[in-house]
Amino acid sequence: MKQTEFLNIVLPFKDKLFRMAKRLLVSTEEAEDATQEILIKLWDKKNKMETYNNVEAFAMTMTKNFCLDRLKSKQAGNLKLVHSNYTDSSTSLQNDLEAKDSISWVERIMAELPEQQKMVLQLRDVEQYEYEEIEKLLDMKPTAIRVALSRARKTVREKLIEKHNYGIA
Amino acid sequence: MELHKIEKLIEKYFEAATTVAEEEMLREYFSKDSVAPHLEQHAPLFNYFIKAKEERYTKQVPLKPRINYLKWVSVAAIAVFMVGLYMYQPTPAPVTLADEYTQEEIESAQEAFALLAMNFNKGTEQLYHLEEFEKTTNKFLTKK
Repeated sequence: MKQTEFLNIVLPFKDKLFRMAKRLLVSTEEAEDATQEILIKLWDKKNKMETYNNVEAFAMTMTKNFCLDRLKSKQAGNLKLVHSNYTDSSTSLQNDLEAKDSISWVERIMAELPEQQKMVLQLRDVEQYEYEEIEKLLDMKPTAIRVALSRARKTVREKLIEKHNYGIA
Repeated sequence: MELHKIEKLIEKYFEAATTVAEEEMLREYFSKDSVAPHLEQHAPLFNYFIKAKEERYTKQVPLKPRINYLKWVSVAAIAVFMVGLYMYQPTPAPVTLADEYTQEEIESAQEAFALLAMNFNKGTEQLYHLEEFEKTTNKFLTKK
């Protein structure tokens, strides 16, 4: 398999891998390293790639496992908690800033969720995967996914309201 | 879109009972400016999801064809070896002194060697006295 061929397969979902890695590892640098690692692993397996029926799902599962391993390993103690730098390309209106702020709160709240809820929320609400796909990716039962998702969504809502009220009071 | 419908969808959303299409409708609704005041609290959530999906992986991944490298090095090594073998022609060593030097040269060299040997022997004869000296010092050392 040629490099261009490989890239054509991988390019459509490499951002998804990166976002998943970043959701779990929080730090942008760590997520970049993880994504690179996964892509190189895929490249090494490129000859077997035709036999996988869904490369994207395979890569996603690899990313999930890799990141969870990273978190479990001792090196995880060195992980930096870096919040992403939002590009503020718009006007300096007070309203705008407030809105941006509460948007970045969502990210911080999501970082506090348990790993499984993080992954479900990421796959469903950010990447908009169907439930069947999430089942395969995370190896979870449909009911467990719905419970985790509902819990994650409600937690984010509650904390968001909490922060919002705190700001006013 | 009717407000009533959106409210229903939000309720379903938090019970994780919405479909992807319905969630897309919610996203669309909250990305507009005309959100109902009592629903505004949910806006950051959906707007964040939209924003989060826009993040891109921009790093270049070094995809090197690793296997070929060693193969070509061995090919190059063999090539160099073959060229070396082809170019190598053993130079015949000079068989006797007479082939390389004239008779005169040999004779003068022999003379020089004879002189050197003679002087060298003179030097070693002198060294004999040192032995005598050592004998006497040993006498003193053993006495004590």
